[in-house]
Amino acid sequence: MKLAHLVRPERLIIFAGLIFGISASLLTKWGNPPNMGICVACFYRDIAGALGLHHASVVQYLRPEIPGFMLGAFTSAYAFGEFRARGGSSPLVRFLLGAFFMIGALVFLGCPIRALIRLAGGDLNGITALAGVVAGAAIGIFFLRRGFNLGRSVKVLTAAGWLMPLCMFGLLLLAIFPPSFISFSEEGPGSMHAALWISVLVGLLVGFLAQRTRMCFVGGWRDLILVKDAYLFTGIAAFFIGALVTNFALGNFAAGGLYHWGFVGQPVAQDNHLWNFLGMVLAGLAATLLGGCPLRQTILAGEGDTDAAVTILGLTVGAGFAHNFLLASSPKGVGEFGPAAVLIGLAFCLATGFLMREK
Amino acid sequence: MIEVDVRGFSCPIPVVRTKKALDENPGEPVTVLVESEVSKENVSRLAGSRGCSVEVKEAPDGFHLLLSPQKKS
Repeated sequence: MKLAHLVRPERLIIFAGLIFGISASLLTKWGNPPNMGICVACFYRDIAGALGLHHASVVQYLRPEIPGFMLGAFTSAYAFGEFRARGGSSPLVRFLLGAFFMIGALVFLGCPIRALIRLAGGDLNGITALAGVVAGAAIGIFFLRRGFNLGRSVKVLTAAGWLMPLCMFGLLLLAIFPPSFISFSEEGPGSMHAALWISVLVGLLVGFLAQRTRMCFVGGWRDLILVKDAYLFTGIAAFFIGALVTNFALGNFAAGGLYHWGFVGQPVAQDNHLWNFLGMVLAGLAATLLGGCPLRQTILAGEGDTDAAVTILGLTVGAGFAHNFLLASSPKGVGEFGPAAVLIGLAFCLATGFLMREK
Repeated sequence: MIEVDVRGFSCPIPVVRTKKALDENPGEPVTVLVESEVSKENVSRLAGSRGCSVEVKEAPDGFHLLLSPQKKS
């Protein structure tokens, strides 16, 4: 009997969601930034900063969780015979969708995962963001129903599928033995992090479980609407419950604790509702057209999907643009050119949705 | 026999196309050609929710899924 058949998938995804959510809150206790825990978009942004792709000095750190996710997925994919090197499904479109996803997410200051983490930490702006994600997914479903797709991928050489996991292994080495050209924040969120080995271990565990369960923080909403399938959504719900209960258990909501309920004065956040919503519409739409959120793209790249690997490069470059061009928000408010970039991103996604469909 | 070839497509296109085929051909069996384990799982789950039985055959390029609507007596 195959090991995969020993655990029922619908139970495993709830277990995985709980582990992931609990880890998100615990990582904050162990040093990661408040209400960020494990934000995949934020962490690619920090990696972009550490590599010098942007110079926002408060958000630069080689977050070891990200290589952990991918190498955990890589291990799992090989263990269960699911590693398949493939690619060639509109890589440039995926690159740009990835970049615009990141720009939208950095207007809100978080990906669909951090929206849940923020809400589980009392930040009600998470509700606005989740509404944006669902609206974006709904627009994406409109396109999917009328035949949108990015084309078929084909098999590529196995070595090509290894490239992105190898790059991530290299990033991990740079994090462990940092040369002088890697930037590390001395203050701000980028300076706050758990011990490296803890981050790597949590990353590996979550990456392994996410590969097994196909966990996706946009796909869960999409499948609920598209096919009334709650499988992926149960992972989202379990994640939220895990993070929320852990925050209560840690005393984060007690008097003098880390968190409070409300829209204002939340950690690493701003409360412009219009652009928080529209930023996450962009993120939700881009991720639906891509077929999954940044976590899922990271996992797919670990399984040998070179198109997902290109998407990750788009996320990273998008983070560089977001900070270099004053598109990203800060706790002071929305960035000067953030709204214009969101509108351009939405126009790009709508054009992609309308134009890329089967004949 | 209606055949849906979604080899090379990633999630959620296989599910969308299978759903379309089932909607457009009520009561008809549908064969779906998928490449990955994930697509096999997703299409099988959709078929189950539509009251179809699923017969899976391994193929060199993935899996052939035969979706048969259960006859109502």
